[in-house]
Amino acid sequence: MPADTITSTSTNIAVPPVRSVLSEPGWVRFLLIAGALLFLALFLLLPLVAVFAEALRHGFDAYWAALTEPDAVAAIELTLIVAVISVPANLLFGVAASWCVAKFDFRGKNLLITLIDLPFSVSPVISGLIYVLLFGLNGLFGAYLRDMGIQIIFAVPGLVLATIFVTFPFVARELIPLMQEQGSDEEEAALVLGASGWQTFWRVTIPNIKWGLLYGVLLCNARAMGEFGAVSVVSGHIRGETNTMPLHVEILYNEYNFVAAFAVASLLAMLALVTLVVKTALEWRFGEELAATRH
Amino acid sequence: MVAAGSDAVPAGRESAVTVRASLPLFRKPSVLPGFGLTLGFTVSYLSIIVLVPLAALIVKSSGLGWSGFWTAVTTPRVLAAFQVSFGLSFAAALTNAIFGLLVTWVLVRYDFPGKRLVDALVDLPFALPTAVAGIALSALYAPNGWLGKPLNELFGMKVAFTPLGIAIALTFIGLPFVVRTVQPILQDLPPEEEEAAASLGASRLQIFGGIILPAILPALVTGFALSFARGIGEYGSVIFIAGNMPGLTEILPLLIVIKLEQYDYAGAAAVGTAMLAVSFVMLLILNLLQQWMRSRHAR
Repeated sequence: MPADTITSTSTNIAVPPVRSVLSEPGWVRFLLIAGALLFLALFLLLPLVAVFAEALRHGFDAYWAALTEPDAVAAIELTLIVAVISVPANLLFGVAASWCVAKFDFRGKNLLITLIDLPFSVSPVISGLIYVLLFGLNGLFGAYLRDMGIQIIFAVPGLVLATIFVTFPFVARELIPLMQEQGSDEEEAALVLGASGWQTFWRVTIPNIKWGLLYGVLLCNARAMGEFGAVSVVSGHIRGETNTMPLHVEILYNEYNFVAAFAVASLLAMLALVTLVVKTALEWRFGEELAATRH
Repeated sequence: MVAAGSDAVPAGRESAVTVRASLPLFRKPSVLPGFGLTLGFTVSYLSIIVLVPLAALIVKSSGLGWSGFWTAVTTPRVLAAFQVSFGLSFAAALTNAIFGLLVTWVLVRYDFPGKRLVDALVDLPFALPTAVAGIALSALYAPNGWLGKPLNELFGMKVAFTPLGIAIALTFIGLPFVVRTVQPILQDLPPEEEEAAASLGASRLQIFGGIILPAILPALVTGFALSFARGIGEYGSVIFIAGNMPGLTEILPLLIVIKLEQYDYAGAAAVGTAMLAVSFVMLLILNLLQQWMRSRHAR
């Protein structure tokens, strides 16, 4: 970054006349912008609009009825329960992992970072599959769990495990580069001045990383509530019991109950929009304090 | 602990050396606390959630033996699903590389009203749950949908429940990978080389092909690879629009789900392992290709 600013200031005087040489003729610019916007409108905006249009096709009453129906309410509740367990678990993990990776030098650190990112390169369906292979009735621990009377697959624990797996890296991968860049000078100063480890963590580290932490939790939560493939494999699709919102959307859609499916989907779409708005606001306001916006 | 101990005792030079030699220097000493706690927690959590379950996948599929594994992953249906998943993910990633570059170019180089909003919209596929994207796309492209109807009436094109529908869903899912990978590189491109080329009389097209494209190509390939890898594993946004005809529009992740529903755990594990292996190898190749390009450009 510093090298960059030096070179750009040295050529500052020459920039205004040269700029016109470095850009395309007006009509090319217009065509490129129009092409890009048309592509985005067709591929991104239209599907989003379609969700709300389909949900409100038969008016607001039908929309509201679909959202307040008992199975839909149960699905909303279950989604919240799963997120309330899995997001804090990954938050705790993310903070611990970034503390040991960013503040210390040790052997095998790069391997650890690679392994933390691993769940992002695994298909969601495989993420569910691995828990079925472990805890399912024919799984490695299946017989033992059945004897103990513990049910993980086709029950809430399975949903939580699969969700934790797919949202595993979000907090850690936001915090690790951020804390690596910040270094540990401030923490060392606090310790030398007599603060305890926990005091240093709460009063020095946390204030430094709070916006990055919020950013990671935001993305983690959006994925946790919206995950489909992994939870679909472990859920068993029991209506009102093991259906999260995305799974409920699937069932309704496959029953040709389109208005209800899109009504529940519109809630998830709103969650996505809120996530995008808060994420963008964080990037604009605290861009300097987020790892994700720096490269 | 060791560092504090050796400080407290005014030890001779030899003993300090032996302490250092006897330690394999697992980590550099630091005054910060909590290394053991956080590393212990990180490694145990990682093992319980990620490593042990993934190992179960390998164990389960190795239970078939090599010949059993090979038979399980080379049935015509599985091979067809491999072809559908990899072929269409490739097509979608290629589409994304082209249009993603266009979108990135426009976002970085030009100014237009609502640019920041458009920039934020690019992340929509990351934020929108895949099932929602899936039903929205299939409603749009269904024979009576907003786009499906005109496409069918004007061009006789069928999109939903065909391979084209799958490619469209995978394009939707993969777009942000290309844009977000290329964007920072294009932003940080210093203008000097372009200025020099322009002063020597190069046209904009020559400058783009000779200077800008080589500089952003490694990022573009990375974005392509990420989009490709995501497409192979993608499930939620595809199954609604795919039609799921075995051999024609059946993707690999769906085949795993079907095998699980038939209680064919070993078969599901075998397909899953093969899928993981093939996509890791492809990512590795693309990684090497990208390194090679980067080193060539640096020279």
